[in-house]
Amino acid sequence: MAKRIDIADLNIYYGDFLAVQGVTMPIEAGTITALIGPSGCGKSTFLRSINRMHEVIPGARVEGKVAMDGLDLYGRDVDPVSVRRQIGMVFQRPNPFPTMSIYENVAAGLRLNSTKMKKSVLDDLVERSLRGANLWNEVKDRLGRPGSSLSGGQQQRLCIARAIAVEPDVLLMDEPCSALDPISTLAIEDLMAELKTNYTIVIVTHNMQQAARVSDMTGFFTIEGTGKPGHLIELDTTQKIFSNPTQKSTEDYITGRFG
Amino acid sequence: MTTNSVMRVPDPARAAAPDRLPSRRGDRIFAGTARTAAITIVVILAGVSLFLFVTSLPGLSGHNEMTQGKSFAAWVAPLLFGTVLASTLALLIAVPLAIAVALFISHYAPRRVASGLGYVIDLLAAVPSVVFGLWGSTWLATQLKPVYAWLATHASFIPFFKGPASATGRTMFTVGVVLAVMILPIMTAICREVFLQTPRLHEEAALALGATRWEMIRMTVLPYGRSGIVSAAMLGLGRALGETMAVTLVLSVGGGISFNLISPSNPATIPANIALNYPDATGVGVNTLIASGLVLFVLTFAVNAAARAVLARRKDFAGANG
Repeated sequence: MAKRIDIADLNIYYGDFLAVQGVTMPIEAGTITALIGPSGCGKSTFLRSINRMHEVIPGARVEGKVAMDGLDLYGRDVDPVSVRRQIGMVFQRPNPFPTMSIYENVAAGLRLNSTKMKKSVLDDLVERSLRGANLWNEVKDRLGRPGSSLSGGQQQRLCIARAIAVEPDVLLMDEPCSALDPISTLAIEDLMAELKTNYTIVIVTHNMQQAARVSDMTGFFTIEGTGKPGHLIELDTTQKIFSNPTQKSTEDYITGRFG
Repeated sequence: MTTNSVMRVPDPARAAAPDRLPSRRGDRIFAGTARTAAITIVVILAGVSLFLFVTSLPGLSGHNEMTQGKSFAAWVAPLLFGTVLASTLALLIAVPLAIAVALFISHYAPRRVASGLGYVIDLLAAVPSVVFGLWGSTWLATQLKPVYAWLATHASFIPFFKGPASATGRTMFTVGVVLAVMILPIMTAICREVFLQTPRLHEEAALALGATRWEMIRMTVLPYGRSGIVSAAMLGLGRALGETMAVTLVLSVGGGISFNLISPSNPATIPANIALNYPDATGVGVNTLIASGLVLFVLTFAVNAAARAVLARRKDFAGANG
């Protein structure tokens, strides 16, 4: 079920380089939060620090606090693997496993989480996840085909099905539509609106119309220049950010007067 | 005005044929060179096969001095068996080891350790086979002697260790180990390269699902590298099947077809047998030896074709070059 996330005074480092500085952000359960800002401002890094995916880069570390329903995700005895099982992720480019069928792609996470599962139970979960990702009707007759045989938009929905199959509490999306055409983008946006009843969603997007369409809250990140850390400038309801932002730099960015 | 005087006069050649492409001589030279090289390889291969086939023909009838009066098939069967047994043994030892070492280098070791280890393994590939042969026959065989004695006493119910144990240690098993060490570097190097090419995107997809590093490797790296692993095994097998010097030095020859890996009388391998008997061979004996070479040629060809067929069957699911 959807859980809330609280981030307090978060600094993210790659080695000695401070990539993101001093982010404090409450994320309510069952909402969609959009993160916008220019390229290189650290919003993707910030997103990946929520499920500790940034740690796959050697030397990455954080200071500060990230808590999910009060549980410190960076606590000393917290395993990043278990964090990622509860906080799913969808990436910029659709990345179904090329060596697996559509069915196997959706079942991949389930096979990790439980040692042995009955075929019928697994079938049900795969169907439910594919229905949840609005993909079932398109693929139900070819579940044994490779995931890479689908179109880009279908592949991205397959990746969403794969992520929700393990029933995470939070879903992180890193520019999920940037490689898709407008129709596929619309399909994903509709899906997000349905998913938010069960999942807390955080999405990074470069498309401000998309942020305005899908999100409840919007956070604006920016950097002062190359080599400087990224900051969260403003976080507010999406309506407020896009109609009457408090900060001048936010207004400049959303009206296209940035830089 | 100066602008007028600067205006270019149209090039007459261009004006006459505006659509003609420039000649691109470099392109043509390169294409010609590449084509010549490709044709040369095919011609050489065809020539070798033709030579093998034609010179084999007189030997194929058998019943001569070389085959000790036996038919060719009866004579070559134990040799073929020995070749396959030694190579299979080497592959069984080397494939898991190569995959493990390659995975350690590509996904587990810290960067500095990984590059050092990779370098050492590449160096191993440069050791001449005669050195491996000497190492195997003098040092390794001696070390393994007590092992064989123990196996013959305690594990003789397994056909592989039936005994009697070899007193010199120069057994089929020792050959398998030496061959495994010899083919390990090239296999490790190929596996490592393939594993490193696993797209980061897929590795991250697995990690984001909550996979541990080993689960991530099983979900993405190994399936993606499958064709590479098979290629590596094929290259290793090719080298093991054709290895002459090391086997000649290590193996104590004398027996027929037997799965007994630790006895003093083992079937020879085809290449070692050719090396041993070629200096004294005359007349049709030479043809017979070459015919055994043809058998080896056909065997490697068949193994390669089989491996390709296995890979092609799941082409749609191939992560890399199918």
